[in-house]
Amino acid sequence: MSQAAELTMEKHYDPIGSRIGMWLFLFTEFLLFGGLFLLYAIYLNKYPEEFHYGSSQLDQFVGAMNTIILLTSSLTMVLAVGALQRDRRKLSIFFLVTTFTFGAAFLINKYFEWGHKIELGIYPGSQELTQHPQGEIVFYGLYYAMTGLHGLHVIIGMVIMLFLLYFLLKKSHRALSIKSNQIQNLNGKRLLLSDETGKKLWKSQEITSEVTGMDVVVKGVFTEEQLKSSEVKLENSGLYWHLVDIIWIFLFPLFYLVSM
Amino acid sequence: MSDSVAGSLAAEKNFYQEKTHKGILAWLLSTDHKRIGIMYLFSMLTFFLIAVFLGFLMRLEMLTPGETVMGAHTYNSIFTLHGVLMIFLFIIPGIPAAFGNFMLPLQIGARDVAFPRLNLLSYWFYLTGAILALLSLFTGPGPADTGWTFYAPYSLRTGTNVALAVMAAFILGFSSILTGLNFITTMHRLRAPGMSFFKMPLFCWSLYATGWIQILATPILGITLALVLMERWLGIGVFDPVKGGDPVLYQHLFWIYSHPAVYIMILPAMGILSDIIPTFARRTIFGYKAIAFSSLAIAFVGYLVWGHHMFTSGISDTSRMAFSFLTFLVAIPSAIKVFNWLATLYKGSIDVTPPFLYGISFIILFSIGGLTGLILGALATDIHVHDTYFVVAHFHYVMFGGTGFVFFAALHYWGPKMFGRMFNSKVSYIAWGFLFVGFNMLYFTMFVLGYMGMPRRYYDFLPEFHSLHVVATVGSWILIIGIIIMFVNLYRGFRYGPRATMNPWGGTTLEWKVPTPPPLENFDKIPEVKHEPYYHPRNQEERQ
Amino acid sequence: MVHQNEHQHTQHIVGYGTYIMVWLALLMLTALTVTVAGMNFKNFAIVIAILIAGLKSILVMNYFMHLKFEPPIFRTMVYITVFTLAIIIGLTFTDISFR
Repeated sequence: MSQAAELTMEKHYDPIGSRIGMWLFLFTEFLLFGGLFLLYAIYLNKYPEEFHYGSSQLDQFVGAMNTIILLTSSLTMVLAVGALQRDRRKLSIFFLVTTFTFGAAFLINKYFEWGHKIELGIYPGSQELTQHPQGEIVFYGLYYAMTGLHGLHVIIGMVIMLFLLYFLLKKSHRALSIKSNQIQNLNGKRLLLSDETGKKLWKSQEITSEVTGMDVVVKGVFTEEQLKSSEVKLENSGLYWHLVDIIWIFLFPLFYLVSM
Repeated sequence: MSDSVAGSLAAEKNFYQEKTHKGILAWLLSTDHKRIGIMYLFSMLTFFLIAVFLGFLMRLEMLTPGETVMGAHTYNSIFTLHGVLMIFLFIIPGIPAAFGNFMLPLQIGARDVAFPRLNLLSYWFYLTGAILALLSLFTGPGPADTGWTFYAPYSLRTGTNVALAVMAAFILGFSSILTGLNFITTMHRLRAPGMSFFKMPLFCWSLYATGWIQILATPILGITLALVLMERWLGIGVFDPVKGGDPVLYQHLFWIYSHPAVYIMILPAMGILSDIIPTFARRTIFGYKAIAFSSLAIAFVGYLVWGHHMFTSGISDTSRMAFSFLTFLVAIPSAIKVFNWLATLYKGSIDVTPPFLYGISFIILFSIGGLTGLILGALATDIHVHDTYFVVAHFHYVMFGGTGFVFFAALHYWGPKMFGRMFNSKVSYIAWGFLFVGFNMLYFTMFVLGYMGMPRRYYDFLPEFHSLHVVATVGSWILIIGIIIMFVNLYRGFRYGPRATMNPWGGTTLEWKVPTPPPLENFDKIPEVKHEPYYHPRNQEERQ
Repeated sequence: MVHQNEHQHTQHIVGYGTYIMVWLALLMLTALTVTVAGMNFKNFAIVIAILIAGLKSILVMNYFMHLKFEPPIFRTMVYITVFTLAIIIGLTFTDISFR
């Protein structure tokens, strides 16, 4: 195996490996919701009328709006990934901020939707809901559990986006650090900076035994490695965001459309 | 370059000598798979011993009729805790997290797992879950009394500290998922050059199958437990019959995870045995592919049979018959393994070392456990013996007699590699004698008790069961003496024993080709794999 | 190992146009599912809704999540997962449907 490949292994920089890991994680999310979908299917089978009635009480317009919002946010997310693949950092940031905004819009809609229901006294354990038929109690139980868990995932996705924005906006001070044991054989020598023509620009003082370390600092740059590692992070966060979208793709017809 | 000089210097140091931090932090912050494996090992053994002690207390209560050592409520809490500790903190993470972490990268010729930091995170989750589980004992309204299964609706109503125990199990689930995810990615991406999937040791295959169960089954437990919390805190009603929920669905969801989880517990043990047998029979494994695929088959069939835990829970007749029929399918891949192990032993030059002896006990005990499992899987007989000591005996035969004994075998087999020193073999044989006799006295008696109608989870019994309960309790004492002798011997050996050589057992897989204990990044140079894993050269020269 | 190097640095780059087309298709399918729900298909309504949702997920996975451009092992893994969930749901209904 070549030395480069071994270095790669040491750094664990393996985009395919990291994507396999991410997909495996997404499978766990998929099955987490899978358990809820199973419960939904069983209770729909058990209480068809109540589910149809419960569904008719939800606001289809808001549901459809939120579907469009999430689908569009998926588009902007994938555009952010595409932009970074083409090394267009600023465009990528723009799309990421857009995606974040769509996420927020989704949550605001959700807030008003839930708020309205809670105002009517329809929430798990409420006095009002216990008066309703059992099937409806279960319908709303599932409604709050599933959309709530989904909302939690939207929030997690948005937090991840904040981290990504930080990675994309942070200029790194690329530093090369040399420690004392490597510097000892430089005793009595000087450091010299020169330009292409060989003209001396700057000369350091003589290195004595008191010198224990040496640092080269480049201020405020976006390094290649940083962009590459951000790309992997962004891709994986994108995968997560699309999964959240896919789950909503199923939640939308199950809760908002079974009534008609 | 100075880098390569540093590299070769590092190879002379073993991983214990390479520290990134001081003191305990050298362990808690290390992303080295070997350190993480050892942390897991010691944490698990601690919980194992606590749980053994709880089991001892239960047997003590059952020695004589009536309330003696403890009352009904305490007994309920103790069997719940015994189950939670043994299942969630010992036997599910058990072999994969301790031995898998240590050995998987070594066996496939990698420097570490694919995601070392996630690996450490998984240990932290494990630790957090364990601490929460212990906290649930001493805080709030007292320890949970639901049994480790947390069945609804009782778990929704009981005033005990179910919420904290459930949260602990939820977090332990995360830990399990991360381990599985890590192992699968590692096996897909980090195999040494030349090591195709079919050249991996069979332990790796079993970890691969286990990994898929961890990934695809654990989330179902996660959501189930999350729903229990939502029920308790918010009252969403999905498992609550008063609100129109169906508590049987809780059982469905719980066993959709927990039946495959049984194979999380047993598959890695089967994998280890498939490594141990060729080593001590001094010949290659018989039916490599059959064993490899039977691991995957067990993992798959494991998803089809959960209903056999619910034959008396009121599920439909169609469902009961379907699940009973499907349950018999599990016997096929299990039997394939057993027959292949026996065929490997046939005409081998068998060396009965301690690891081999502990390992081979698996075949006997697991066969008894497995065959009684068929009795339980058969609908008609299960109706008679469900929730009796017969069931308790069955799962202790497969879990303790199977996984537990192989866990001990692995301690003897890989312990010298992990700790660099040898134990006293003679004492190991003696300990095995106590373990084997005590084990059978304790649990075989339970088969008889169960058949006669002794129900599980009762702190008291009818007078006619007395003599058998005495036999079982005395058996538990012999078993515990065996456990103590074994652990003291291992501790003394690994602490003060003679230094172990690179390959004390004549193993053929890659972990025996690195120094003992291994250096920080395992391999100075990643090996090129040419042979099948259990290649035993005929003559001495070829063996190096 | 050769395989690994091919993908070492960048993933397959897909044109912005493709993404926008997929997005439009997703919006159209959303409109379709709402329209169909308005018609009276009785028991088939839920089946149709699930089928459309499945189609939308396939689009999202293949293009937005790049599944189409990944090595085959990714797809195999997705199949395993979906298949497992299908089995779980199917076997549970052997109880629910016959109680």
